[in-house]
Amino acid sequence: MNYQLGRKNISHKLSQSLLQRLERLGRQLVEEKGRKLVLMEVCGTHTVEYARTGIAGLVGDYIDLRSGPGCPICVTHQNDLDRIFSLARLEDTLIVTFGDLLRVPGSYTTLEQEIARGSRVQICYSPLEAVETAAQNPDTRVVFIAIGFETTAPAIAAAIKLASQQQLTNFWIYPILKRVPPALKALLQHPMGLDGFILPGHVAAVLGRKAFTFMPDFGYPAVVTGFEPLDLLWGLYNLLTLIAEKRQDVGNAYSHVVREEGNKRARLLIEECFAIEPVTRWRGLGLISESGYTLQPLYSHLNACLHFTMEVSAASTDPQCACGLVITGQCTPQQCPLFGRRCTPSTPVGPCMVSPEGACGAHYHYR
Amino acid sequence: MGKNAHDIIISSHGDGGLLSHQLLQEIFLPCFNNEWLQEQGDAALVSFNGQKLAMTTDSFVVSPLFFKGGDIGKLAVCGTVNDLVVSGARPLWLSAAFILPAGMEKSELKKVVQSMQETANSLNLPIVTGDTKVVDSGNPSNLFINTTGIGSVYPQARFHPAYIKPGDVVIVSGSVGDHGAAILAERLQFTGEKTPTSDCAPLTRLAEKLKPFYGGIRVMRDPTRGGLATTLIELAAAGAVDLLLEESKIYVKPEVSAIADILGVDPYYLASEGRALIIAEATVASNIVEALKTVPGAEESSMIGAAREGDGSIYLHTRLGGTRRLRMLSGTPLPRIC
Repeated sequence: MNYQLGRKNISHKLSQSLLQRLERLGRQLVEEKGRKLVLMEVCGTHTVEYARTGIAGLVGDYIDLRSGPGCPICVTHQNDLDRIFSLARLEDTLIVTFGDLLRVPGSYTTLEQEIARGSRVQICYSPLEAVETAAQNPDTRVVFIAIGFETTAPAIAAAIKLASQQQLTNFWIYPILKRVPPALKALLQHPMGLDGFILPGHVAAVLGRKAFTFMPDFGYPAVVTGFEPLDLLWGLYNLLTLIAEKRQDVGNAYSHVVREEGNKRARLLIEECFAIEPVTRWRGLGLISESGYTLQPLYSHLNACLHFTMEVSAASTDPQCACGLVITGQCTPQQCPLFGRRCTPSTPVGPCMVSPEGACGAHYHYR
Repeated sequence: MGKNAHDIIISSHGDGGLLSHQLLQEIFLPCFNNEWLQEQGDAALVSFNGQKLAMTTDSFVVSPLFFKGGDIGKLAVCGTVNDLVVSGARPLWLSAAFILPAGMEKSELKKVVQSMQETANSLNLPIVTGDTKVVDSGNPSNLFINTTGIGSVYPQARFHPAYIKPGDVVIVSGSVGDHGAAILAERLQFTGEKTPTSDCAPLTRLAEKLKPFYGGIRVMRDPTRGGLATTLIELAAAGAVDLLLEESKIYVKPEVSAIADILGVDPYYLASEGRALIIAEATVASNIVEALKTVPGAEESSMIGAAREGDGSIYLHTRLGGTRRLRMLSGTPLPRIC
């Protein structure tokens, strides 16, 4: 307990001194450039933590921190949502999903509304629970919604292997897993007026720092960053240092977790179960090649998209919704005409407002 | 789209957040409209033959029925007792109504009822009337309990959020979010010493210690559904003041914050079932905290913030020195993907 308290104090003091150094460097850069630094993070947890710790506000005078495509919900295409919701209406079918998906609006409905109308939906914390549920309920068709990035993929791969070993005939995966590096590359094709990137520590823990070494090719410095207050500040400080020294490099400010090569076991697990899709659709970013995972042929009998017929009409989105612009850093949530008016967490119009880690949700809750 | 939650009842209508409020405004208040209900306190304050009484009712649905630190029976007694206590009343009588699921084991029901009896006995509080109904819901652990309580209001207790003034101090009688975290841990099937324990407990002993200060207390609440944040947001709005909270003063137990971190939920929105939230005049605040600290279970009482002029917003001063707003919860806290 005392050790814990001691550590907390030291961490607090370090944070304070780091914050001062960050501010000095930040203000100096603002003076040089004649404007605020515009940085982008691409991870939902960063979106939440930078806001929750108050750091986004503390550095707000010199850093404009934008949220890129880092929330799995936000980048899920409307049509995928509609197809998932249509599965929920099938007889004897149970949808198993992470909690975030419950309130996301599709074109016509949400899972929460489908539950109220009698659909069966189970919230899980680990994909293995879905396999367990399927094993215990052989008369129920269980569909697990595989959503997330490289971070959730290894656990989902473990579930796929388990279901396959158990030879379950009532278990399927709806794969909408996405890959962060190709999305970043696609984003970087466009001139964005950004000064640098805060890279997602969790994704880098799986893929390694080297998965992001393409960033300088596009002219951007970037720093792999962790999630504790000290990590968050350390990441920003490293990035500002790179900017000040005009070094287009990929730094690692989370080296106590992220290795150069990442987590080999996790990567092998992903490769074993998932094949890279030629083209994947992203909300806000459009079609991006090699940016999504589908199941390996060995496991394609578990692919819900091949087993179920899902007929949905073309997705309808609100023309005023600016989610696409928000996650590409082209506008802030507050600049969307719907933000806080027609679009709030209880009446979300676009997906960035639904998840608390969405750019708009985090802005609404914390700023 | 944009129409969700407008035509049918969905589970978010029951979480005490924005949708619950909208439901009240849209359906219940227009129909049941009267001066007592308009107050929207934890209990209605009514007068009869010159005697001031408090009356409150609450229904309890919790899954699982038994959890670390309590069960639905104990919760059903404490919840209603605490609503009376924070309204400045001494609980006198309780009712208990049960909606039993067909298929429930009698032994399990007996455990719940015995737990209610033990809790009520410890408070010398008789359960004077009750009811049972059975529904065939298909889930034998779908037990619902409603309790109603009547108490007599102490004359010195004149609590109302409208009395909150800039400069008043916000006090909480211990750690926050314990109950909510305990329930989440049970649902995750985490077991062992290091998992959170529900703080479910009656606030009657605490109220005894507070009585000498009733004159200086503006308002009391128990931060149950929606947690500390939601309760304070309601008070700030009703009192038309801003509340500025200090993150470093709000005690969240390590095991509670661990569960909250794992699930990506904010502990300030997790329920407490044995904590009092007090807004008092600054002059008596430290005396109140000292008095609270003598009560077993309330040793961690502290002043967590203060009121200032404003429009009903809540701000949290973070450990790092930043400031962020706390907003009303919209929808039950959901575990995040990553």
